[in-house]
Amino acid sequence: MSSILLAVVIGAAFGAVLDRVGASNPNAINRMLNLTDLRLAKSILLAIGTGSVLMFGGQMLGLVEVGHMSVKTAYAGVFLGGLMLGAGWAASGYCPGTGVVALASGRKDALFFVAGGLLGAAAYMLSYPAWKASGLLDKIAGGAVTLGTVPGSRYEGLTALPGDILGLVLGLGFVALAFALPERLVRREATQTAPAE
Amino acid sequence: MSLNWKVGGLLLGLVFFAAVLLVKPIGVSTQFVIVDGIIGDLVNPDLVTQTDDGFTSTNAYLAKSGGKYAKSVANPLNYSFIFVLAMMLGGFLSVLARGGIGQSERSMPELWRANFGDNAVKRYAVAFLGGFVVLYGARLAGGCTSGHMMSGMMQTALSGYIFAAGAFAAAIPVSILMFRKEA
Repeated sequence: MSSILLAVVIGAAFGAVLDRVGASNPNAINRMLNLTDLRLAKSILLAIGTGSVLMFGGQMLGLVEVGHMSVKTAYAGVFLGGLMLGAGWAASGYCPGTGVVALASGRKDALFFVAGGLLGAAAYMLSYPAWKASGLLDKIAGGAVTLGTVPGSRYEGLTALPGDILGLVLGLGFVALAFALPERLVRREATQTAPAE
Repeated sequence: MSLNWKVGGLLLGLVFFAAVLLVKPIGVSTQFVIVDGIIGDLVNPDLVTQTDDGFTSTNAYLAKSGGKYAKSVANPLNYSFIFVLAMMLGGFLSVLARGGIGQSERSMPELWRANFGDNAVKRYAVAFLGGFVVLYGARLAGGCTSGHMMSGMMQTALSGYIFAAGAFAAAIPVSILMFRKEA
């Protein structure tokens, strides 16, 4: 029962923060992706960095359970699927998590996104045997690996570098990148602000 | 209203960390499969069935990995499913607390309107097709922005980096080509 309580508390916090950083706002997503307003990208980089530093720092201090890590398998389909998700993310302004939050926040287009998503997931469920047979789901580079070797972890490392120190360093790198990234990279044509009445 | 990027990023990082500390990394896109499975099982009760040591399905995807998805379809009141419902509640309350989203923005985003006009059907069609491609891609990849990119890169998972490379390699050019005007 306590796991249900945690789901409610962490899930609600996640939904609220996604709203407040603008991740469930398609305007903010496409201003990030067309490089005109990178504040959301800075938030995301800072979030990955913060999470990484706390997790690996906590592991080194013995405060964080290494066993809670859950590393997904690497295979060619991860890249292909990433390309598809990226294209749809830009076109619609939503990804799976932010789409459901946007739906709950009253955005009507998000309802169509979620409906399309349910159909897309169903289409994958039906086509899964073909992907499996294609070999594109076969693991590459060791499969479920971390970049370094994390002490006490059940996952292997891509390299023999100490995974906890590497995680801490990469985490700090993400934080530095968040601060270094400018708020805007390109300027595009502005729309007319005052249409003739 | 919106948080500044530093406070927002810090809070977002704390939520991802809390999830790993207390339970497991955040992921969302699997739950689209679970909802499909629940709907499918209502239409055809033979889709998910109980076995001696768990659950299985006539659908190979639901049956894979020892029937773990089939089990979630049979018992949806589990952590990951409730998590997504709670996300919706949290997002809803957050929007409510900041005064809601305006009517015109609710029907379509202003940046879309500036680039493609007021035709709602066009926006809904693209949102629907976008949703289809996003979830098909997420299931092919085995995760989405939260599971692969955020949780994965945070844990230094190789798969998370591969996913993020693919996602941005497509998302940035598509967005630059589609959204030429600012709003």
